[in-house]
Order: sequence, then structure tokens, then C-alpha cells
Amino acid sequence: MNHTGDSPAAGRRITIDPVTRLEGHGKIDIFLDENGEVADCYFQVPELRGFEKFCEGRPVEEMPRITPRICGVCPEAHMMASAKACDAVYGIDLPPTARMLRELQYNIFFVTDHATHFYALAGPDFVLGPDADPGIRNILGVIAKAGPEVARQVLQCRAWGHEAASIFGGKPVNPVNAIPGGMSKGINEEERARLEEICSFMVEFGKLTLNILHDVVLADPRYLDLILHGPYYSETYSMGLVDERGQLNFYDGDIRVVDPHGAELCRYRPAQYAEHIAERVEPWTYLKFPYLKKVGWKGLVSGHDSGVYRATPQSRLNVSHGLATPLAQQAFEEYFGTLTGDRSGRRPVHHTLAIHWARCIELIYAAERALDLVRRPEITDPDSYRVVCGKPVGEGVGTVEAPRGTLTHHYITDERGIVRKVNLIVGTTNNYAAICLSVKQAAQGLIRKGAEITEGLLNRIEMAFRAYDPCFGCATHALPGRMPMELRIRDGEGNVLAAAKR
Amino acid sequence: MSTKSKKRIAMFWASSCGGCDISLLEIGGRILDVAEAAGIVFWPCAMDFKYSDVESLPDGSIDVCLFNGGVRNSEQHGIARLLRRKSRLLVAYGACAADGGIPALANLTSREAIFEAAYHANPSTENPERIEPQPRWRAPAGELHLPEFYETVFRLSDVVQVDVELPGCPPQAERVWETLQVLLGAPAPDSWAGGRVGCSPRTVCDECPLEKKMVKVSAFRRHHEFRPEPGHCLLEQGLLCMGPATRGGCGALCVKAGMRCEGCYGPPAGVPDQGAAMIGALSGIVDAANEEKAGELVSQVADPTGTFYRFTLPAGFLKARRHMGGQS
Repeated sequence: MNHTGDSPAAGRRITIDPVTRLEGHGKIDIFLDENGEVADCYFQVPELRGFEKFCEGRPVEEMPRITPRICGVCPEAHMMASAKACDAVYGIDLPPTARMLRELQYNIFFVTDHATHFYALAGPDFVLGPDADPGIRNILGVIAKAGPEVARQVLQCRAWGHEAASIFGGKPVNPVNAIPGGMSKGINEEERARLEEICSFMVEFGKLTLNILHDVVLADPRYLDLILHGPYYSETYSMGLVDERGQLNFYDGDIRVVDPHGAELCRYRPAQYAEHIAERVEPWTYLKFPYLKKVGWKGLVSGHDSGVYRATPQSRLNVSHGLATPLAQQAFEEYFGTLTGDRSGRRPVHHTLAIHWARCIELIYAAERALDLVRRPEITDPDSYRVVCGKPVGEGVGTVEAPRGTLTHHYITDERGIVRKVNLIVGTTNNYAAICLSVKQAAQGLIRKGAEITEGLLNRIEMAFRAYDPCFGCATHALPGRMPMELRIRDGEGNVLAAAKR
Repeated sequence: MSTKSKKRIAMFWASSCGGCDISLLEIGGRILDVAEAAGIVFWPCAMDFKYSDVESLPDGSIDVCLFNGGVRNSEQHGIARLLRRKSRLLVAYGACAADGGIPALANLTSREAIFEAAYHANPSTENPERIEPQPRWRAPAGELHLPEFYETVFRLSDVVQVDVELPGCPPQAERVWETLQVLLGAPAPDSWAGGRVGCSPRTVCDECPLEKKMVKVSAFRRHHEFRPEPGHCLLEQGLLCMGPATRGGCGALCVKAGMRCEGCYGPPAGVPDQGAAMIGALSGIVDAANEEKAGELVSQVADPTGTFYRFTLPAGFLKARRHMGGQS
């Protein structure tokens, strides 16, 4: 299956196929030179589904129901971005309750989603360790080590998060309630009270998560050293949504981009995205590479002169002037103080593995924000959870922060509101170039001539992309499996010289 | 713990969104009961087993394989064949594997058109050299390979023999739990009709709490245009609720959130074509005194194919634009 060493220039080749503990499928090809050093590295995404084409001809109000099927892991992100694009297509300003309900539902979803990544996908590398037996390096191992009480809390967070999704939108997976003009249903006092209970629990769960992060990861000098000094550091531009005060908001705002030193490159409304972002096509992967137009595409390189940017939890903190909720703000200051020496957050963080830390800070922000929203009296207003739409304006862009990055839906319709054109730039796609860079950097830092290729070494290469919580299902609008990985080093004839697998 | 006497179970995702894997987790703590009753030998979403582990199993040694997602490319096709060979009971899990699902709406178009939309005619793509992904590409250091993107999406049963189908987008958790219990040895309930499991022999209408007032529909409407009257059948209010042409089992969850059924559980028992069933149901409720009036009503349907065949395009009479085209 893996053809290797067929170029005269090639020394050896390492294939990691497929990579694991991410959402979706990816394959890593590492080419070694004659000295056994990494010559080049490709992170391929092997699929495409074509949502942008087959959504043409659909009534635009159906898009918030169709596009969540891009990703069953983050359906709320697509539903919200789609509903916002529809609002714009109909020229609607949402009534306050509708806006609040959407943001409330969305923040509860964020807690559930971030928790799943931290405990099930990324946690094993830290709680068990990157070199732990791969047989226990999974969520069950995390539970065994962290104890049954933590396990109970994680399961409750998932279960209650999905209960909240059902209260809002009928189905716990692929909820259906965001529509052009608001929500298909409001919430009554009984539902609100239950949601408040769920949000209160989520704030406590956020505290627990930050404590675990401190006790297990940050207090361990080996992990802190890996985060600060391992081959996981890229200076890139950062992107994220900010509100009118310049603070992080997952549901709405302007898109702000800062350079590797923290200076603002641009700040724009979502509808202007195509003036600022372009996408590059490469022949060796189905996924495109977005980049900053103003800076330009210079290939898969980092730095001030390269248009490569990141849109991750870390990037969102990098572009934000603090966080609007107290516990999250406290965690924000500590994070920047530790990593840059400046608690204000003016200097961006570029340590790739610290994205996990930023994700935990976002988790508690989302919980606190949700609790604030669910306590507002207007949230149960029986009239203003939606408005009826009139004639379409004909074009609309909707942007939210998906857990994995800035998500944009752009629709053009005819005068009946039938979709004529669709463009989607999804969370993980923003980060594709940076993920390629991080994987190559880890490979170059870890694979040395004569060094033994261990399973732990392979896992450390995978940790470079796992930090991004990538979802290639979203990115390609396709989701093949999350596979275990196998690594083979071959000579120029394709003979296997060494193999490691788990 | 020995898995020798245990059943062996596998779960795989092909061209799907991951929602089916999430739906399996939706059974909550009961997933531990499944792990107790069965050794999970392959579940890429949750466990570290490899293709090579599956390849090394004797043929027919997986008792139950839950396969979700359709088949969109050559790689998924290969895995479908491999898992068929290794499994005694192959389950098409979820709407995509069972009926094609939403991604199969791509069968209305073509590979060329999909590539054109994704890589060329797109407001943010800058691709003056008209580069497209290639199955084989020679990088400076060696050759790279991508799976072949097929012309159309296939149901699982289009490429291999399927034993049972569990519909839904995604299947509802209680139905998943009931199904797993039966697959692992409990007696099948009478409601299981033919090869379709985890659903009701009746329709979504039979589970729906809304009231039918037996009024005729004089105009079709779209949900952003008006606020439906609470408690009243959405179809009678002019929304194209697929309830009468959709198999029950979900508990009418979408309707309870104020939205029309979009048909994700596929056609009712014994009905081959969901769209034809819906058109039949509509003929009974539209207020059309004559053919001209009926034609006028039908012309109000904004997107007949995407409404009546949203989840079942490869399964219905329409099939694909070029069915089975592009398959190697």
C-alpha cells in the first residue's frame, strides 16, 4: 500500500498511516536523507465529500440542518455558523432572546466538546505519559489513574451536555433548532432551571479540570520541559473572534489577526473574509491550505513573512484582551505569566503543546459564560426567541469560533432563497499548514541518525498534531476512521528496515 | 480478562461525520456492559487496534461489525470488503451506511463538479495553475498516494452483502441499546421487520404528539416564513414534514423541537422508495380539486429531491445521476 523510496534522491521513508486519537483520518509520510535526517515530511488528508457542491439547490433555511452532518462531533458549530449565514441572507437582526439562547446553547456545547478532547484524546499523553504502554494510553487509562470520582464527573459532563442539547434542539446529536431568524423553540422556566443546574455543574467541572491540569501536567517538570523546550514551537500569526471590547467570544464578533509579536495585522467583519483569507491547493492532499492574503503564501513555513496562521484555543487567547469571566481571567493571567512573563497577554504564546492549557481555560470561560446567560430573565421570553423572515437579500456570511478554529459559512441564494453557491472554511482547515509544520518540526527534532525508532517516539510526533484537536472530518467534509498507527522505515527498494507499531 | 467465550464486536466509520460513533457513546455507562459481554476487537474511535490486527483475524471471526458511513473512495471500499470477510454479522449502522444519507446528495452531481466547486470556482480559493489532488504525485523526495475519489457515494449494501441495517441520523440511543442487546444474544422483538432493526414497523406520525385536525393543505410553506401553531400537525400547516413516509423509532424528536421530520430513518417497512411514499401521502392531504391545482401546489415545493430523498438517494428509484459510475 505504501510505495516508498522511488525517487533517486530519497534515502528512506517513514509512513505513519493512519494517525490516531484525532477526529478523522490523516497520514504522515516522512522522507529521510542519506544521513538519516528528516529531508521532508507530508501530512496528507485523504478525503473530500463535496458539501460545497451538493448544497447547491437546497433551500437556504435547510442549511442549518444539512451542514451539521459535516461533523457529528461538532454539529452545533456548523448549525450556528449556518444559521448566522441564513440570518444574513434574510437581512435579519436577531431579537435579544434569540441571540442569547444561541450563545447559551453554544457555550454549553463548547464545555462538552473541550472536555472530550482533554480527557479522551489528549489527556492520555500527559496523564499516562507519552511513553506509556499504548494499551493503557487511552481514556480508560486516564480514568484508572485519575480515579472513579473524576471518571464520574467526565461522564456526567458528557451526559448533561447532551441533555442540554436535547432541551434546546430535540436530538442530542445533530440538534435541529437554529433557524433563520432565531430558534425553532424557546425555553420555559422548568427547562431554564434544569439548564442552570447543568451550567453550575459545568463551572465546577471547569475548576476540577484546571486543577487536574495543574497537578498532573504543570507540576511535573518533565511535562513542563516538554511544553517549553520540546520540538513543539512555531511562531505564526494568530486568529480569533473578539467582541466590541476586544475580548474572546465564541458565538459572534470581529475576526482579529495578530502577528507573531502580538501586533494587530487586521480586524474585520466575517463578511469581509475573502479580502483577508485565500486558500491554496496542493496535489498531494484533498485539503486546502488557507493563508493570510496580506502576507502571502510562502510555502509551509512559519514566521512573520509567511501567511500561515493558527486558529486554535491558544490563538484565540493571543488575540483577546483578557476574558470576560472571573475564573477564566484568573487562569488567562497565570497562563501568559508562566509562558511569556507578561500576564496581560499582549505577547503571544507559540508553544504548540500549551494549546491544551488554553483549551482548559476556554472550557471554564464557556461554563462561566453559559451560567451568566442562563440566569438572565429575558432568556425565557416566550415571544422573542425568533422572528419571521421576509425576502432574502441573497448573500450571507456566518462565522463562529468552532472548538477547533474559526468557522465560516458563506451562501449565495436566488430570489427564492435557494442556494446557488456555498463556501466553507472550517476550524481545522485554518490550521492545516501549521499542523504540517508542527509535525515536520517534531519529526526533525526527534528522528536523528542512529536513534532508535520507538513507539513512544512515534507518539511524540503524533502529539504535535493532537494539540490542535484536529477534526479532518470537518475539514474535508469527510470522516474515515481514527486508526492506530504503524511506522515503517524503508530503503530505496521498498524493503522494510525497521518497523514500530502499536 | 479472557475474551475467549465472549462475542467479538467491531465498529468502523467510513465516509461519515462521526455522529454515529457519538451515538454509540450516547448509551452512556451501558457501553461498559457491552464491553463486559463482548470483546471489542476494532473501534478506531476509541481503541488502538490496527488494520493489520483485523487482517490477521480468521475470516468470520468478528461476531458483529457495526459499519457506519457510506463508501466514497477506494480506501473505504477496501475496508468494507475486509470487514465483510472477517464478520459473521455485518450491520449497516446509521443512515449513510443503510441508505446513503446526506452525503449521497452528492450523487446529484459529479466528481468533476465537486472538484470544480472545491478547488476552482470558489471565492477564497486562489488556484491559477488549476492544481487538483492526484491519486499519485511525485514529491521531490518520493511518490505520495491518495485514495481514488469515486464518481458517486455507495451504500454499504451496494458494495458488499449486508445482514442488517440500523437506520437514523444518527440512530437514537435507546434503539442502539436495544439493537446491541439483540445482536449480543437477547431475543429479537417482533417489531424487527426484515433486515431493518432498531426502528418501529410504523411511521414517525404514529409516534408524533402533534394533533391532526384532518384539514387539507392548500399551500406549502417554509419554516422561516411563519410561526407554526403549537400542538398542530406540521404537515397540515403546510410544512413538508416527512413523518408519514418515514419509519418510526426516533420518538419524533425533531417535531418536539418544533421542526419538521426530515426523514432520516428512511422509508417505512415494505416501502422501497421514500420519496414516492411521501408523494403518495401528500396526494391524500392536498386541497386540490383538479390536476391543475395539484400541479400548482407541487410547484411550490422548493427542493423536491433534497426534501423527499434527503437520506435515501442511492436507495430510491432515482439512484445516482450516473449510478455505479467511477467504481474501479
